[in-house]
Amino acid sequence: MTGPGDRSGADPSRGVAAPGGGFRKGAFGVTGSGDTSGFGGLVRVEPGGAVALHSTERPYGGYFDEVTDALVEAVGEATYAAAVPRVVVDRGEITYFVVREHLLTLVRALRDDEALRFELLSSLSGVDYLDSGGPVSAPDRPRLHVVYHLTSMTYRRRIRLEVAVTAEDPHVPSVTPVYPTADWQEREAWDMFGVVFDGHPALTRILMPDDWDGHPQRKDYPLGGVPVEYHDATIPPPDTRRSYR
Amino acid sequence: MSTTYNPADPYAGSRETTEGRVYTVTGGDWDQTLGTEAYGEERLVVNMGPQHPSTHGVLRLVLDLEGETVTKARVVVGYLHTGIEKNTEYRTWTQGTTFVTRMDYLSPLYNEAGYCLAVEKLLGIEAPPRAQTIRVLVMELNRIASHLVALATFGMEMGALTGMTNGFREREMVLDLLEEITGLRMNHAYIRPGGLAQDLPEGAVEHIREWLEVMPARVADFHKLLTGQPIWQNRLKDAGYLDVTGCVALGITGPVLRATGLPWDLRKVEPYLGYETYDFEVPTADTCDAWGRYLVRMAEVNESMRIIEQALDRLEPGPVMVEDRKIAWPAQLSLGPDGMGNSPAHVAHIMGQSMEALIHHFKLVTEGFRVPAGQVYVPVESPRGELGYHVVSDGGTRPWRVHVRDPSFVNLQATAAMSEGGMIADVIAAIASLDPVMGGCDR
Repeated sequence: MTGPGDRSGADPSRGVAAPGGGFRKGAFGVTGSGDTSGFGGLVRVEPGGAVALHSTERPYGGYFDEVTDALVEAVGEATYAAAVPRVVVDRGEITYFVVREHLLTLVRALRDDEALRFELLSSLSGVDYLDSGGPVSAPDRPRLHVVYHLTSMTYRRRIRLEVAVTAEDPHVPSVTPVYPTADWQEREAWDMFGVVFDGHPALTRILMPDDWDGHPQRKDYPLGGVPVEYHDATIPPPDTRRSYR
Repeated sequence: MSTTYNPADPYAGSRETTEGRVYTVTGGDWDQTLGTEAYGEERLVVNMGPQHPSTHGVLRLVLDLEGETVTKARVVVGYLHTGIEKNTEYRTWTQGTTFVTRMDYLSPLYNEAGYCLAVEKLLGIEAPPRAQTIRVLVMELNRIASHLVALATFGMEMGALTGMTNGFREREMVLDLLEEITGLRMNHAYIRPGGLAQDLPEGAVEHIREWLEVMPARVADFHKLLTGQPIWQNRLKDAGYLDVTGCVALGITGPVLRATGLPWDLRKVEPYLGYETYDFEVPTADTCDAWGRYLVRMAEVNESMRIIEQALDRLEPGPVMVEDRKIAWPAQLSLGPDGMGNSPAHVAHIMGQSMEALIHHFKLVTEGFRVPAGQVYVPVESPRGELGYHVVSDGGTRPWRVHVRDPSFVNLQATAAMSEGGMIADVIAAIASLDPVMGGCDR
């Protein structure tokens, strides 16, 4: 069993525990040594799949420590500890994994505190990690992630916040009261991933038609299609083609 | 006008039938259709677009009017949604370039550069110096082409049609250069993860230099045609006002933000591809209106020409793709009689000499390379503002998620703030000054 990337050697128990878990395989359904790139050996072993489940130890390096200290000071140590269970520093970028109940407290402090000043919400988007979000057996795995990229124009810094929710309870507080630019971006995340942003002024679809069913960028959304006959051969619809599974 | 049915007059307004009252739309019969009671307010809802020559593409506006004053402006987008983000999840990392280049079709090379920089950051590699310089070169050429279209459509929407014809004429000169370099006018797929599809062709540098000698006079013509013209000034000045607070709150970047006086340009504040080594200015204006945005774009055309000149001067011979044959596509593309394709030497090698080379070529092209798991966010300064790529890899040969923070999408949110309370004619000026590209907005 290979997960995203080849982790079969790393944690054999996981592979067995995930029958039909929907892990993607290589383009040819090759398991194990189907790697042509040489990068197969560089895949970092993460028990959660694509989501890093570890937490980086301090010091984080660069300005990340200053930001974290200022954030702890702004919201208080107890709140910070409750709000941010994990921090990951990777490829020169810092990610704060945030508990949704504390999201608004955190972004308010991030925007208004003089030592933080993250005035600009550069980007807000959803990611569906499906079975990469945790063990497949857990019914309440938080597969839907909302990712916030904040920019401090004053200090020229960037950080990332990430809130993870389950598909059964996809509620996240809206940050539109703090960052009005989140309006359309939250509508897009609702449209594409079905994340409900509580407190959004008008959470409606934005890119898909108003009467569309489902949320197309979820990983389990069917690709659909019909078989097409061409020159006496039949081309199967996208979701049944071997390379797409 | 006659209001009852008159058999002798087929153009009568309305008549009673057994099915109820039937109206014939002939005009001038409003007192019949709506009754004669007085209305509380003169409210008129006007739908504009999505097929409208002045909405800058398939953008739909729903405007509430009182007289000529806009009381509410609602924007409807999504008519050009093509699911590109989702599509990239089913293609290899290299094929992703050909998809993202079609998003913001006026600045395709910025999409490619942003995407490739994100993939390279995930891989932990960097393109060779010559590739980086050529990337800067083609991106700045692209910025000029994009700004020329912005000015051209701006002119068209304001009624200055000569501005449009001139803008598109000048832009075609730039597209000719891009076609010579990449093989295509648009949707180039020229910048690839790890470098470029191919090196500059022979003669391209000379042609760019020739163009650099012609272009300043053409920019001066634009100033003669539009900048000094009183009608142009009156249409643009004070139209679509949005100050720096509004811009930052609404996430507006690019020329619109710089027209409020804030010199926020990612090429300066967070340099990438060696922009810190180029000598150029960040033009700003302090008017916060459509006029300022026009001036900023005009000045940026000049600055881009300066950057192009410096890039040409520092071009050194060298590779344009990373050495790692596990990422770089095995072929050296060349232009044959039937278009661009693999070089004959490479085809002869894989078909006649080396089975391993054939397997390697086949696997790399069909399956692609793996990218270590993780996520990155890479912003670049596109002609319209911050173009951000949030790319997630699960360690596979295809992206797990590619999210594009497109400046057109975010900037269009400013429509209401810019137009409500103003005149309906200024709505056009406000939207044209945002320069949205719906292909990027709807993706």
